[in-house]
Amino acid sequence: MGIEGLLDKGFVTTTVDKAINWARAGSVWPMTFGLACCAVEFMHAGASRYDMDRFGIVPRPSPRQSDLMIVAGTLCNKMAPALRKVYDQMAEPRWVISMGSCANGGGYYHYSYPVVRGCDRIVPIDVYVPGCPPTAEALLYGFIQLQEKIKRTNTIAR
Amino acid sequence: MSEAIIREDAAALKERFGDQVLAVVAGIDCPEVTVAREAIVDICHYLQSEQGFDQMIDLCGVDMSEHPSHGDGDARLLVVYNLLSVEHNKRIRLKVAAGERDLVDSVVEVWPTANWFEREAFDMCGIIFNNHPDLRRLLTDYGFEGYPLRKDFPLTGRVEVFFDETQWRCVYRPNKVENRVLIPKVWPGVDRG
Repeated sequence: MGIEGLLDKGFVTTTVDKAINWARAGSVWPMTFGLACCAVEFMHAGASRYDMDRFGIVPRPSPRQSDLMIVAGTLCNKMAPALRKVYDQMAEPRWVISMGSCANGGGYYHYSYPVVRGCDRIVPIDVYVPGCPPTAEALLYGFIQLQEKIKRTNTIAR
Repeated sequence: MSEAIIREDAAALKERFGDQVLAVVAGIDCPEVTVAREAIVDICHYLQSEQGFDQMIDLCGVDMSEHPSHGDGDARLLVVYNLLSVEHNKRIRLKVAAGERDLVDSVVEVWPTANWFEREAFDMCGIIFNNHPDLRRLLTDYGFEGYPLRKDFPLTGRVEVFFDETQWRCVYRPNKVENRVLIPKVWPGVDRG
């Protein structure tokens, strides 16, 4: 966070954008859409070795209370309308991480009949995390990339 | 399992039902009995009550149209029942041949676990079960057309799902993925027997 400060004068200055983005990136609350095996790697990322909570990432069960959706696992045709409905229930600002090769582009089941070949056919994606499954460390790297992306957004300056 | 026990309960079955039992073959782990479609419920009642087959392990549908033993006039679909007797530690396999429009009687009254197995066989292969309490699709999408485990259904399917921005809902569009034909690689000289 860039603080052009005059600390010796007793106050710090920054831009509103940077402050807002710092707040948003530091407290990303995901709602996991754990569909398949990638959900377990998400659990690993939340466990003690790769702690998510120290990044401010607290999983919330409801889409209304979260600002990030992690599509973890294979998205099937039957689940696609539910995914879109849950995405629509999230309030702005919202981001989506596509986790694992099945969510990125069909993955291991790309040629199968009931699989949506990439959840970006249903919802817009911000960060793609590759892997099958991505290691918990890779998912944390994806979170950090998302935080960098959030910090680059311009809320006020158009 | 010794030879005597294999033949004993299958022989008793054949003696009881006569011409309804079409064939008895010694499979890898248990006898495989091919039965007529009309007698399946009676045979299952008999096996459960008299022979002690209290558990049905699996019920599945098979499309036999590309099987090497399939002849031109043979029925296309096959229903396979795997039964287990815990008390006597024996298994048996029943096979029922059915055409595409033939009704197979449901064995739900014999083993209630057959409910979802038969729904899956109906969903995947299109085998219709008579007297089933709730025969509807189990695994495929609502409004899915076709029977995926039949041999003429392509691996990649016929439709795929997109999200339509103007209608604001998920829609199906014809599949543009190139169909993958899986040909098993067999090297000459390798003995697979």
